[in-house]
Amino acid sequence: MSMQQLSVFLENKPGALGEFAKDLSRYHINMRALSIAESRDFGIIRVIVDDPYEATRILRESGYIVQPTPVVGAEVSDEPGALLHILETLSEQNINVDYTYAFVSQKKNTAYMILRTSDIPGTEKVLGKSGVTLIGQDEIVDED
Amino acid sequence: MSKYFQEQIETASRDEIIAIQNEKLVKQVKHVYENVPYYRAKMDEKGVRPEDIKSIDDLRKLPFLSKDDLREAYPYGLLAKPLSECVRIQSTSGTTGRRVVAFYTQHDIDLWEECCARALVAAGADKNDVVQVCYGYGLFTGGPGLNGGSHKLGSLTLPMSSGNTDRQLQFMVDLQSTVLCCTPSYAAYLAECVNERGLRDKIKLKAGIFGAEAWTEEMRHDIENALGIKAYDIYGLTEISGPGVSFECSEQEGMHINEDHFIAEIINPVTGEVLPDGEKGELVFTSLDKEAFPLLRYRTRDICVLSRKKCSCGRTHVRMAKPMGRSDDMLIVRGVNVFPSQIETVLISNGYPANYLIIVDRQKNTDSIEVQVEMTNEMFSDDLNTIHAREKKLVDALKSMLGIRANVHLVAPKTIERSEGKAKRVIDKRNLYQN
Repeated sequence: MSMQQLSVFLENKPGALGEFAKDLSRYHINMRALSIAESRDFGIIRVIVDDPYEATRILRESGYIVQPTPVVGAEVSDEPGALLHILETLSEQNINVDYTYAFVSQKKNTAYMILRTSDIPGTEKVLGKSGVTLIGQDEIVDED
Repeated sequence: MSKYFQEQIETASRDEIIAIQNEKLVKQVKHVYENVPYYRAKMDEKGVRPEDIKSIDDLRKLPFLSKDDLREAYPYGLLAKPLSECVRIQSTSGTTGRRVVAFYTQHDIDLWEECCARALVAAGADKNDVVQVCYGYGLFTGGPGLNGGSHKLGSLTLPMSSGNTDRQLQFMVDLQSTVLCCTPSYAAYLAECVNERGLRDKIKLKAGIFGAEAWTEEMRHDIENALGIKAYDIYGLTEISGPGVSFECSEQEGMHINEDHFIAEIINPVTGEVLPDGEKGELVFTSLDKEAFPLLRYRTRDICVLSRKKCSCGRTHVRMAKPMGRSDDMLIVRGVNVFPSQIETVLISNGYPANYLIIVDRQKNTDSIEVQVEMTNEMFSDDLNTIHAREKKLVDALKSMLGIRANVHLVAPKTIERSEGKAKRVIDKRNLYQN
């Protein structure tokens, strides 16, 4: 059920992110979610795309440093405590969250959390058991 | 099988070597003063007479010769024997300016070839070996030098010259060469071909003598593994004779300089001051007994270190480290000598590509040095901490190599210009020499 996020090395300088967005558009790669971890000279751009394998190939060919990284996508219902439930479940099993970010699917009118944790298979197992709906790569593709 | 080609001289005591050097130097200075008007004028200008040179302690009184002198004196200005007594000319490749030509009498050729024979024996060769020489033959000293050394030793010599890899491999297999002599990059290429064509079990190579260009320990390791041999470094320059001025022994830890023929000094490249053994500086050679082209205190521009540490091979001659750079490339940052080649070595051994850019700047009267290096898929991680840890390891390694802190700036791939030939590795923004 796990998903592949693409982690991309980008220099921390004006225009770098714009150039990356332009390349995604040129190669018709649709971004579902994006998050940035920045450092002084560079940043790691983390993106969820429809076809991570094809996107990795294309981006590497055009000179980007790309690493597919396994993450877990979890549905969060639109009610108080939904995220807390996820975090508590993981914490009980001693699973650490390295980082997380959210995105919303317009079509399905649902919010999702992307979770990168210290134990991806473990995360899938405990969240599944606790009733959280997990999403796979196929489910984020809008049928349009 | 002897461990040495000329055991008595190669294992002579320090006192014996100094006695030989003293005697030869006094004679040589007189010979040069009397026969080379160009150098006589330099000595006169400095107020030094041949009789002032009584021992090697007086060597530092003599003026230096540089590559510029060689160009100015081209072609016959430094010749010390009538052409009728010369038997050979060799020449440098001359990447900048005019070519340098060097002249040899038969005596000079003999001593050069003996030096190469010493190198071959130090690499484990004897008369039963088949020595495949694939250095270029001609004006370049590589081919003729090792060819001559192999003859002196009585080994069977394969004068292949460079190129024609198919034929090199065929002879290597059919004639069962045991010693390979070529540039390290060609050795690496041959090694690749041997393995690609599945010839590894069909070759009999046991040793290689690789010189005439810079190579790293990693490259040595790769070649040794790929061919199943021991790879030895050899150093030389046409101005002083050719390959064999110094050579590696079984220790593979520095190259023994043939001190009965050449005196090595290390100087501060800026001030010309002679530095003690163990300090890093420019290598200077004095040829003690060459007749036709006897250079005194010739500045090689190679930066290196001498070591008088006892060598387990039994040879007593001083060892020089692999040259770390050229004095022309040297940067002085916060008073410390920095060579791009040192930075390159650190990058490679830490897993980064050798394509880099050094930026030196000065702000508020303090120098800073930044090394830009390209990120690779191997060195990248989704985890910032991992990248930072690798970066810190690189910064620490640079600090321990250079003695000063250098900042590391990781940049996107292919953003540092690849150059054809000589790479532009340094941007110095300090404008120290601008009026």
